[in-house]
Amino acid sequence: MDVVKDVLEKSAKEADKYKSVEVNKLIDIDVGALLAIDSNPLDSKALRSSPNDYLLKLTRDNVQLMYNQIWELPTERIEEAIVVKLPKPKYSLPRAKPVPKPRSLTKWEQFAKAKGIVKKKRTKLTWDDQLKKWIPLYGFKRAAAQKEKDWVLEVPQNANPMEDQFAKKVEAKSERVAKNELQRLHNIAKAKHVKIPRFGLTNPDVSSAKELQAAVTVAKSSTASLGKFQEKLPKEKEARGVGAITPGATRKRKLPPVSGSDEKTQNLNIVETVLNKRPKIDMEKAVARHMNDEQLQRSEEKKGERPKRLRKSHGSSTGGGGRKKPKNSNRPRKGKMAGGRKRR
Amino acid sequence: MVVIQRVVKATTRKGKKVLIKKEPQVNEGPKRALFLQGRRSSDKLRRLTKDLFDIKKPDAQLLNKKNDITVFEDATPVERFCRKFETPLFVMSSHSKKRPDNLVIGRMYNYSLLDMIELHVENIECMREFACQKIVLGTKPSLVFNGPTWEETEELKHLKSLFIDIFHREEVESVRLQGLEHTISFTATPEGKILIRSFNVLMKKSGTRVPRLELEEMGPRIDLTLRRSKLPSEDLMKEALRKPKELKVTKKKNISVDGLGTTHGRIHVGKQEIQKIQTRKMKGLKKTPEEIKMKRAAKRSADNNNVNKIKKQKLG
Repeated sequence: MDVVKDVLEKSAKEADKYKSVEVNKLIDIDVGALLAIDSNPLDSKALRSSPNDYLLKLTRDNVQLMYNQIWELPTERIEEAIVVKLPKPKYSLPRAKPVPKPRSLTKWEQFAKAKGIVKKKRTKLTWDDQLKKWIPLYGFKRAAAQKEKDWVLEVPQNANPMEDQFAKKVEAKSERVAKNELQRLHNIAKAKHVKIPRFGLTNPDVSSAKELQAAVTVAKSSTASLGKFQEKLPKEKEARGVGAITPGATRKRKLPPVSGSDEKTQNLNIVETVLNKRPKIDMEKAVARHMNDEQLQRSEEKKGERPKRLRKSHGSSTGGGGRKKPKNSNRPRKGKMAGGRKRR
Repeated sequence: MVVIQRVVKATTRKGKKVLIKKEPQVNEGPKRALFLQGRRSSDKLRRLTKDLFDIKKPDAQLLNKKNDITVFEDATPVERFCRKFETPLFVMSSHSKKRPDNLVIGRMYNYSLLDMIELHVENIECMREFACQKIVLGTKPSLVFNGPTWEETEELKHLKSLFIDIFHREEVESVRLQGLEHTISFTATPEGKILIRSFNVLMKKSGTRVPRLELEEMGPRIDLTLRRSKLPSEDLMKEALRKPKELKVTKKKNISVDGLGTTHGRIHVGKQEIQKIQTRKMKGLKKTPEEIKMKRAAKRSADNNNVNKIKKQKLG
């Protein structure tokens, strides 16, 4: 009992030694922003006589109140430092820049979202049996590995033996790269809401002379006769390199055949095309004619069935005048018309 | 012809990072302040600018040259400076016979002027004159506003907002208890003066867990009076105060806990576009061409039977 009393007295004395942390005041504290707003009226007498001391005392009280609240918050220990988690500040400050708009999805991203396609990371190294080593599928040293694999390329069965397969591969790759680049630029334009025409020049004001020439050449060849009858200005040059996108619009004369055998094969080809011409069948016309024939047949049958008293004098009008040349209705049909049943 | 705006894309990775940094972000970092001079400067203002710059470091930029700028007439040069240095805040000091010891504090929203307030520096005592230990650079201070007038006038409300913006550095989620060393107090006297005092916080032992605080004045002692002000329009301020949706705290819906403690959830399955769902295709279950033909033939005969039935019904 005495021991307890002694301990209690001792602790009370110790507590008296220290100054109190209590402050009797009511102020507005925003702990999240470490902000204290004291709206109590100020002591004007003290302000006039000894402002700095008064301010020090006033501020000390307010800060003590705020720190009392801060010490009540949950703490955690991070590497020898005791850290307290602050709540969200209540006082709102204006932003420096406007709220950012979320990035819009690209065409592929929208499609993937709709279909539920999830991005899966591919492993970089794969075992290649041909080279008997691990080669990367993308990134660093991929090109070198592919080059090693491509030391020989097979000529496929149906391809021209004189074709350069290596050049073909390089060209295909450059085409894919160009297509990807175009799609990427389309995505960027869409994201920035920049309108771009689907074909043609994007901005003629800053296009180079070559680009304008190419555009003019392409535009000229976009006629029914592929630009053969389009006039040219006196000093106008045609663009080079647009042969791929203007098929059939070549103005160059074909060179005469090199050897006698070449000339022979050329001439034989011409003779064949002239003599062995098959008649072209216009499907829609044929179908319409066939249907018309059937209708006429049916109407004649019906007429034959009906009693003779109903036959009038102008019965021949439909027969003679409108009758078209009969076509072979048992003509062998290919493709769509072969089945005879409506396909869905 | 249609004029298409060019899209500026950086050619280097470094350039790209710089452009991304300049774009608006959901969580903005500390606001940088620009300290610049007007046509002339006085001794008082020079000392004050140096002290404020020291407090605001490293989020501050100090320009030493004099500029022929009158902010209240034309704020565009200041806007240009702020865009160049990426500083939403600016503190401009100028001295003239008409307006001696003039200090203009302002801020920008989206590179254009939001608001600014002109103050007259009556008295300043530098940090050097206080012989005590200073604080570590970069600590977040706690701010105290004394006096009832802070809430009374519009100008003082905006001035309070400006002071908090300049001195609070940035919004933090957690704070080291030992690091709460700095306090700045702003007092608005009934006569219209604004007194700024800056203290070093010393934590002494107390009987309880919370330490007893003692303040030691260390920083600049500034006495100011209000002069002119340019306050923002209501809607511009409202837009500037708008918070992004990502920071809004969303309640978790469709989750309930029943009496026994089991958590129940509701799942709402939206509209499913059946045609666009990607399903697994099992090659073994695919019908061969013969099977498809048989199926079609069977269907055709069934159709014919139905047609005949209907015909019989109609006739009979």
